[in-house]
Amino acid sequence: MPEATNSREAVLNRIRAANTTANAIAHRTNYQTIERNYEQTASLDREAILKAFLDHLREYDAHIFDAKPDTLAAAIAEVLKTSHQKSAIVADNFPEENLPAGFSWQRESETTKDQLNTAEGAISGCEVAIAHTGTIILRGARKLTLLPDRFLCVVYEDQIVETVPEAIARLEQYKTETLTFVSGPSATADIEMTRIRGVHGPRFLDVIVVR
Amino acid sequence: MTIRVGEAAEAPSFQKVAFTLLDDTQLRKNVRHATDVITGKRAVVVREQQDWQQLRSTASAIKQHTLAHLDDYLLQFEAACTVAGGQVHWASDADEANRIIVDLVKQYGGKEVIKVKTMTSDEIGLNKAFEANGIHPHETDLADMIIQLGHDKPSHIVAPALHKNRQQVREIFMREMGLSELTDEPQDLTNAARHYLREKFLKVNIGFSGANFLLADTGGVCVVESEGNGRMCLTLPDVLITLAGIEKVIPSFRDLEAFLQLLPRSATGERMNPYNSLWTGVHKGDGPQHFHVVLLDNGRTRILADPEARQTLHCIRCGACLNTCPVYRQTGGHAYGSIYSGPIGAIVTPQLFDMQHSQSLPYASSLCGACYEVCPVKINIPEVLIHLRGRVVREQQSGASLEAIGMRAMARIFSSGRRLEAAQRLGRIGQWPFVSEGWVKHLPGMLGNWTAVRDLRPLPEQSFRSWWREREKASAKTHSKELSS
Amino acid sequence: MRISLFITCYNDTLFPETGKSVVRLLERLGHHVEFPLEQTCCGQMHYNTGYQTEAMPLMQRFIEIFKDVEVVCIPSSSCVAMIRDHYPKMAEVTGDPALIKAVEDLLPRVYELSELLVNKLGLEDVNAYYPHRVTYHASCHSLRSLHLNDLPLRLLRKVRGIDLVELQGIDQCCGFGGTFAVKNGDVSAAMLADKLRCVENTRAEVCTAVDNSCLMHIFGGLHRQRTGIKTVHIAEILASTEDEAAQ
Repeated sequence: MPEATNSREAVLNRIRAANTTANAIAHRTNYQTIERNYEQTASLDREAILKAFLDHLREYDAHIFDAKPDTLAAAIAEVLKTSHQKSAIVADNFPEENLPAGFSWQRESETTKDQLNTAEGAISGCEVAIAHTGTIILRGARKLTLLPDRFLCVVYEDQIVETVPEAIARLEQYKTETLTFVSGPSATADIEMTRIRGVHGPRFLDVIVVR
Repeated sequence: MTIRVGEAAEAPSFQKVAFTLLDDTQLRKNVRHATDVITGKRAVVVREQQDWQQLRSTASAIKQHTLAHLDDYLLQFEAACTVAGGQVHWASDADEANRIIVDLVKQYGGKEVIKVKTMTSDEIGLNKAFEANGIHPHETDLADMIIQLGHDKPSHIVAPALHKNRQQVREIFMREMGLSELTDEPQDLTNAARHYLREKFLKVNIGFSGANFLLADTGGVCVVESEGNGRMCLTLPDVLITLAGIEKVIPSFRDLEAFLQLLPRSATGERMNPYNSLWTGVHKGDGPQHFHVVLLDNGRTRILADPEARQTLHCIRCGACLNTCPVYRQTGGHAYGSIYSGPIGAIVTPQLFDMQHSQSLPYASSLCGACYEVCPVKINIPEVLIHLRGRVVREQQSGASLEAIGMRAMARIFSSGRRLEAAQRLGRIGQWPFVSEGWVKHLPGMLGNWTAVRDLRPLPEQSFRSWWREREKASAKTHSKELSS
Repeated sequence: MRISLFITCYNDTLFPETGKSVVRLLERLGHHVEFPLEQTCCGQMHYNTGYQTEAMPLMQRFIEIFKDVEVVCIPSSSCVAMIRDHYPKMAEVTGDPALIKAVEDLLPRVYELSELLVNKLGLEDVNAYYPHRVTYHASCHSLRSLHLNDLPLRLLRKVRGIDLVELQGIDQCCGFGGTFAVKNGDVSAAMLADKLRCVENTRAEVCTAVDNSCLMHIFGGLHRQRTGIKTVHIAEILASTEDEAAQ
């Protein structure tokens, strides 16, 4: 469309003219020379990192459970029993062997969005977690972890990093995929600045930490 | 080209609107409470962040660098986004952006759109353009929904319904959602919203969003939110249209490590907001299969051309400056007559218009500097305010305003010690009509704004320099007496 | 030390007692005070209101008058902020290398009063006596431009007889803001109301600060409401002794 091309050129030309007028071109810096003196690596030991992660998760009203790799399935069963769940929709890449018997499972790719909407809960793993902010980062599984009212996430201890920059570094190889940062159940502070949980996303967030 | 910033061009002066709003008891209570809560929360999470100042420095440097290479980064973003299956459109002004977006919706046969919060869509007046073309937009952010259903205007960048309390929200919901029962507990109110919108999320096929960050290296987009409505609109519909000001681009995915630490703490006083969504173009079989980005100028290139004021474009829309501003605290956002209110609103609104409108806004500040202190990208707002005041004065049609005459007269008085002293003598004589019972109770013209609420002492009998002169004379006399004795 | 006093245009005209107190205090501490009579105004009012062209000659005068002195003392943090924050940029605009250098040379020798006392002269106890209940308001320029932090409080704490009480909302702008007080009189009044409430809650007799601009505005309200509370510039408190009590 000629009009669209015109605007593209017009905007770009205005940008170039503006940068010339403002004498910004002469003072341009190199991206590589931008100083980054903020913390980019861990300063706490693993125990402290884990504790920080759990503390911050609790502050978001997430429920936390422990498990070892060989007791993970039992832990999942425990969480589902506590919330009176008999079924869940599971992320496609979630290992079969970690799903306990006695429940009804369905994979995300076999589930329509209307079924997700009425599902009892969702289960997935994560890519990386941030202790400093109590954040869990998911690759894919966007609808799965959004529509059902309960979300159970399995986090392995070695997936937990202390700082945001460390997490971003770990995600570098997936940076063109869909990534979702989850820090607690959904919330709003729009009414009188009172933080209320559970607007549209899952109101219940359960986390099993495996170590 | 017609720049639009909501309805700011027609807004009355700040001073005029402020006077009326100061009488709104409910509003003042709501604004005071909200800003107290949010500044308290922010203070806690910032104190805990040891490298906060270093983060600010880097973020500011990244923004400065990006603006100087803005054309390159936008082109890089366009190329990467296109390769990933997205389509990028460029809009010079509000009208063009509206046309592009409406045409896209029509192209996909849509009559309804679910919207994620973005101030940029208010800036261009998108909802009006939708309605005029038979398209119904559904605001899905709780606060924007409160505004939309309440036929109101936003008063804050991050919490647009900050000026409403729970009772007012309850009234709006009951009326507009057709509910016979509803308490005013925030939990109940949000449950009502959840129920009301869930149906829309599942049915409406076209989603519309803004962007917090456009990533030049990957062509990706990052949306920062709390409620989950963003995720709904970004993943459920088949079509997604994203509108973003050209200043939203950042060089690289890596830069998020700084911005995602600064934004949540500044905006809502949290270590991290509940949801951040990142996607790149179209993801086969997952989410929207048709993705369009509309890049918006609408006056931003004008701001870019001003060397003193282009730092305005660093803004990441956190709202921290509003929350800390002692002027905003008294009046709330509507006084600024623009969807961009508070300190950032006072500098960005008139600049988008190239100073043709909203000229009272740069004066809506006592220059206290609290905004600069909290700005995560180090915009020196007081400096820009002063600069814009200079532009207002320079571009004044008439240099014969009382103020300009007064200012020139004062400059003359200050041009020498003798003139100042003469003026002081004149002042002491000339003030007597205004002095009664030893006080100045009333002054004429604009100076009357002082005496309207404050008493004023008359000029002292003797100025300091006059006292000093006498003292020097007296000591010279003593000195020469000593010499001669 | 030879200390050159820049009294500031508004102190000169409206608050000569502050100037006299600075002289008395510095002389008591054994220093020689000079007052170049040619001085007038630093240009802040013009500059901040948008009349930057008119402010330029005022800046040049200031530099010309004070460029060779040992030290400049200014009992007003907003004027010091004007000089520190804006003079270098203003000199850049002229492109005059001599002026740019002169500004660069002079700036390190310019001190607000409490900076002079604590940082330059190394004093916190100036041997003052002021037996009154006093609360201190931190002016915006002192806080955010000069970063004085608690320098003035450290000086006040050493004053004999003083009953120093903390002001809530100490860092909230009082609402003066120069021409803001008249151009946006209503909002200025609203901000003043908040500040007055905090002052009154301290039950102090006196509210002090390092700027008479804030104090003029605060006192204007305190007196209009017949609270009986006074404002006194910090210089007058520090100059006050058993023999020579402040007014």
